[in-house]
Amino acid sequence: MSTPENTVSRRAPPEGAKQDLGRLGVFVESAQSSLGKGADALASVEKLHNRTLGARVWSWRYIILRRVSQFGFLLLFFGTAHWGWQVAKKVPLLTGNLSASKFIGLIPLTDPFAALQIFLTGHALQQQSLIGAAIVLGIYLLIGGRVFCAWVCPVNVVTDGAAWLRNKLGIQPIFHLPRTLRYFILVAALLITVITGLAAFEWVSPIGMAHREIIFGLGLGFTALLAIFLFDLLILKNGWCGHLCPLGAFYSLIGKTALLRVRFDKNTCTRCGECARVCPEPQVLNLKKLDERGYVFSGECSNCGRCTPICPEGSLKFDFKPLIRGHNVQADAIAVQRRTR
Amino acid sequence: MSDQGPSGLNSSRRDFLVKMAQGAAIAGTGGLLWGYLLRNEARAAPYALRPPGALAEDDFNAACIKCGQCVNDCPPHILKLQPSGGTLPIGMPFYTPRTGACIMCPDIPCMKACPTGALSPKLKNINDSRMGLAVIDIENCLSYKGLRCEICHRVCPLKGKAISLEPHPRQISKHAMFIPLVHSDACTGCGICEKACPTEVAAIRILPHKLVQGKIGEHYRLGWTFDTEITQDFKPVEAAPAPAADAPVPKTAPGMDYLNEGGL
Repeated sequence: MSTPENTVSRRAPPEGAKQDLGRLGVFVESAQSSLGKGADALASVEKLHNRTLGARVWSWRYIILRRVSQFGFLLLFFGTAHWGWQVAKKVPLLTGNLSASKFIGLIPLTDPFAALQIFLTGHALQQQSLIGAAIVLGIYLLIGGRVFCAWVCPVNVVTDGAAWLRNKLGIQPIFHLPRTLRYFILVAALLITVITGLAAFEWVSPIGMAHREIIFGLGLGFTALLAIFLFDLLILKNGWCGHLCPLGAFYSLIGKTALLRVRFDKNTCTRCGECARVCPEPQVLNLKKLDERGYVFSGECSNCGRCTPICPEGSLKFDFKPLIRGHNVQADAIAVQRRTR
Repeated sequence: MSDQGPSGLNSSRRDFLVKMAQGAAIAGTGGLLWGYLLRNEARAAPYALRPPGALAEDDFNAACIKCGQCVNDCPPHILKLQPSGGTLPIGMPFYTPRTGACIMCPDIPCMKACPTGALSPKLKNINDSRMGLAVIDIENCLSYKGLRCEICHRVCPLKGKAISLEPHPRQISKHAMFIPLVHSDACTGCGICEKACPTEVAAIRILPHKLVQGKIGEHYRLGWTFDTEITQDFKPVEAAPAPAADAPVPKTAPGMDYLNEGGL
């Protein structure tokens, strides 16, 4: 229906002062583009700052959804444990916790990393937990491993809070750690599991501690959360989720081949850098490499949806990997048409 | 200049080796610390009372995924997951008989809920579970003071098998004591006795077998418990079939004239 030509021709007759201004803006922008990328980028940032309040609120949609999802999972577990939530008589809604659970008394779900550790202790896992781990692995292989981090993990609420406050207060870093450190911690966790015969991360995991104690009775788990909050706030930016957490590292590896991705449209991108500014894992937004692949390909991307609404040009969008090439080819064609016109 | 070349090469190799050593040192100290934390956390495991079917201590520590599904499915809600910073190893299920005893559900829902097999499905009959062992403090047990308490005996789900009541006659002026005796071959450790014990602090309580149960050892040969060439002669004669009503009564019991008949 609306091919690019159509839309252009519909816009062509000036219909009022506003439209004129808009066209003028477009003209100015294209004139600046010959001067250099900086001007484009500045215009993009300007666009971002001049957003209406509605647009601003709308750009928070993924953060709101993520909080709903994170607290929702917690509430499902809590409600089943304390208020006896059930779908039918004697069929509890969601028993267990994030380590292992059972949905409507039928579908087992198991944390694949916990299952891997228990397997490495030398214990032969029962079928139920193997099926559960396979289901969870399957889901995250499709939608991105670190979707767990951004959409399910309760610690993410704390680390997001710390990052937000850190940004507000403008706290400078004390030192830097390589973001690859988490993979070494992952390997260490597995090695120590083999040596001690105890699931190394499960026994010390602040995620497990906090989550378990919210559902099954309070202990000192909140001090672990407090420690992570202070660490992220005062010591290392995105310290826990971005540098240390071996569970996140595990899910980064799982997410390498995921289908749900952030598509990158190189033609509309003005290199303003707003996406990298809000991204908790900015190394995944290496635009040069994204140019080649057409999407955010790193497993470390948690599909949190910070960059997609913030992008003033709409160059970043959630999409499915098999569709991305087609989208980008289309975008290329449109760009070529614009240039030739 | 002359030693710059080779030493430059050497120093880069040296740097590399030092970097490797530093990395190994970080990994080593970190790993040791982590391992120490784990062992320290697991150290309290012998004091924990686990749900029915729980594997042996080390295996249970390894296999439990700390999901709490046993806690969800426990009908009397006696199971808890140990919060961090407590006395028992972190995150694993336990119960405290004094406040909540296992009611020994015949279908063992907690074991069925376990996804990893830390609560072993090999347990088919709840009466075969060995969660702990009831132990009596005879200094404070009312029955040992001569009172007719016997509550532990009466509430025991395996009354007569796990806890029996043994009459102990005393001097003529006092009535007999009826004292409870726990039999480890039947006691499941459910803790109903501990919960019901009327003393201020329970005089009968459940403890993990490892902490209370001794072992006699192979070298004690209790001759009266099995037949040997010598002992079989002294065993009481198996009860003979009752003689028919019309059978002639023998003049003397067999063996009575043993000496007179020249049997020697």
